Amino acid sequence: MKKEKKGWKELPIGLVLEGGSSEEFETGDWRSEKPIWDEEKCTNCFLCWIYCPDSAIIVKDGKVKGIDYRYCKGCGICAEECPPKIQAITMVREEK
Amino acid sequence: MASLKQLAAQEEKFLGGHRACAGCAATIAARMVLMAAEQPVVVGASTGCLEVVSTIYPYSAWNVPYVHNAFENVAATMSGVEAAYRALKKKGMVKKDLRFIAFGGDGGTYDIGLQALSGMIERRHHVLYVCYNNEAYMNTGIQRSSATPRGAHTTTSPAGTKIPGKIEPRKNLTEIIIAHEPAYAAQATIGYWNDLVTKVRKALDADGPSFINIYAPCRLGWAYVPEKTVKVSKLSVETCVWPLYEYQDGKYRITVKPKEKKPITEFLKQQGRFGHLFKWHDDVPIKEYQEEVDMIWERLLKRSEQ
Amino acid sequence: MIVARTGNEAMAEAMRQINPDVVAAYPITPATEVVQLFSKFVHDGKVTTEFVPAESEHSAISACVGASSAGARVMTSTASQGLALMHEILFIAAGLRLPIVICLVNRSLSSPINIHCDHSDSLASRDAGWIQIFSENTQEAYDSTIMAIKIAEKALLPAMVTTDGFIISHGMERVDMVDDAAVPKWLGTRQPKTSLLDVDNPITLGALDLQDFFFEHKRSEIDAMNRVLPIIDEVQNEFAEKFGRHYPIVDEYKMDDAEVAILAMGSTGGTGKVAVDKMREQGKKVGLVRCRVFRPFPKDQMLKAVTKAKVLGVMDRSDTMSTLGGHLYNECRSILYDSDTRPLLKNYIYGLGGRDISIEDIEDIYTNLFDIQKSGKVDKDIVYYGVRGE
Repeated sequence: MKKEKKGWKELPIGLVLEGGSSEEFETGDWRSEKPIWDEEKCTNCFLCWIYCPDSAIIVKDGKVKGIDYRYCKGCGICAEECPPKIQAITMVREEK
Repeated sequence: MASLKQLAAQEEKFLGGHRACAGCAATIAARMVLMAAEQPVVVGASTGCLEVVSTIYPYSAWNVPYVHNAFENVAATMSGVEAAYRALKKKGMVKKDLRFIAFGGDGGTYDIGLQALSGMIERRHHVLYVCYNNEAYMNTGIQRSSATPRGAHTTTSPAGTKIPGKIEPRKNLTEIIIAHEPAYAAQATIGYWNDLVTKVRKALDADGPSFINIYAPCRLGWAYVPEKTVKVSKLSVETCVWPLYEYQDGKYRITVKPKEKKPITEFLKQQGRFGHLFKWHDDVPIKEYQEEVDMIWERLLKRSEQ
Repeated sequence: MIVARTGNEAMAEAMRQINPDVVAAYPITPATEVVQLFSKFVHDGKVTTEFVPAESEHSAISACVGASSAGARVMTSTASQGLALMHEILFIAAGLRLPIVICLVNRSLSSPINIHCDHSDSLASRDAGWIQIFSENTQEAYDSTIMAIKIAEKALLPAMVTTDGFIISHGMERVDMVDDAAVPKWLGTRQPKTSLLDVDNPITLGALDLQDFFFEHKRSEIDAMNRVLPIIDEVQNEFAEKFGRHYPIVDEYKMDDAEVAILAMGSTGGTGKVAVDKMREQGKKVGLVRCRVFRPFPKDQMLKAVTKAKVLGVMDRSDTMSTLGGHLYNECRSILYDSDTRPLLKNYIYGLGGRDISIEDIEDIYTNLFDIQKSGKVDKDIVYYGVRGE
């Protein structure tokens, strides 16, 4: 889903851009590995959330709800940082 | 002390969809800094990885006001933004209480932007300057900066057959900034999120210019697998390669003291940029780096006891 | 109110009356006084401006960009090397469409280092996307500084108003100053469409623009430059209506029946007018054209003026180092290409590094132009007037 490329007369003056618009650009297709989150095992420690470089851990009402695959690039930090005794996130090969 | 649950309850200020490498610590740092801020913030960035990956027109990852001017001048640019804020607030044209954050990489901070940063602090602009420090010019393809440590391979300090990577020690920028007597200065790293968040809050609450040097591993330039970003960050602290400390009101305080100080080889061997040192004909480069780390750590221990 | 002021004092007074939100500046000869006097206004509480005494011109203009992005009305002052150090950021200020105003005191660019007047500094910045207004005297420097704020804010482009270093900047002249209260009233407050300080509507400014958008943004900036001249006209008319002094974009002096004419910028316009009067007394039909606005280049107005003469001596206080002469000369040759009537053209590069140009020198140039008219041929198209060994 890419933004329409407007002609120069339609662009806002002065290189102004609306904040937060990167959500329209999905980077999920960069993944070669995919994190799988197990709700049963998750203790909601939020370490995956704080360390995610792509803001791709979905948190709602104080609970982890899953992974936003639109943006997740599959770096594996979440799985690596999930406490060893919990292991609620595992990395699997991305099927395409 | 911040809790992750509280932090996660707020709206994201640095969004997904940016084009940073998988496992990029610069973006983790930016996101953590913004999540830590309890006041509305206006952000500036110098040219560099963070700027490039987060604002490719027509997309922006910044959910807060953001300005990019050039490479060497984010401190000056934000000086101007902050001056405008004071001017317009005086006239009642701005009502809210705002904070200002400048982001620069180590190239934009240690090297080309040092003068502007020095000026910003000396003029006492109420701006938090965050250096996301990955110890080289990563955006242009891993060239040495004055933040690059001795021994590291970069494309302009390559691991050669005669010279094993960079031979000069890195600049101690945090101490240079402390010599300016800012309202607050600290070193942090992304692996210690709570320490980082606490420091950002102290910096934003401080009455004057503040500076945080955030050690931000670069999986590409440091050559390690992306999932190890946080581990490598933590190892830098455990080996005292990157001491976590702060400076305020004339006092040093070490904020995270490793339980057991590990040899720097534990940190170095995780990274391809130091790989050649382990195959070098003698142990001099590693020994020299260890001595430098020890000297700085010992000095810091003494300063923090005073 | 009639007062005696130097060019620098007059510009500083204009800045005081404008009372910008932010001034970020750095001292440099011969513009130092502008900043110095303005600092005194700040410390005496005569203005409410936030003054940022930057640690370099690069940081001064960078701070101006930041402040202007935050919605503030912003000014600075510099000269020569200072403008050269700002060079990188001049393009950014224009690209971001920020109406910053620089009070520029023209001084030659090093090397050799020199502190005196020529136009090489501002003309080296001619492609940066800034409106450039040159002043003939102190009065004009004062008036143009005030008008530049309105012009820049209407055009959404930065502007520089220049004076000739030392000649105008340090020369005491009679200046008719507007009432203090009238200036801010006439200017109103800046009404930016967006501001960095609007945290409820976060904008991203200065994004990376690759192959798919850069050209569109540049095209839009060029379009803005295309719209500047009518804006200048409009503001100059408003100024004349309110304060009684009217300035043209291209100043014509006794051009209607002129056979030979010179074209010049800055204080040489004033010197030249005295030479014109002297020669007119001798019955010689000479005229003078003065280019007040160099960027954007006023093609139509300039064509109308210069085609009145049969021979035109273009006086440039700068050289393009292209072997093709000075900046004004090049622009003139270019606009005359499509013109049905074309005067014979000769370029006089003069006054580099502050070398004096006298009334007699200009009379001498007119005499040379009459010789060309007589022979119908330009002996040498580019000459370096007043240099030893020529």
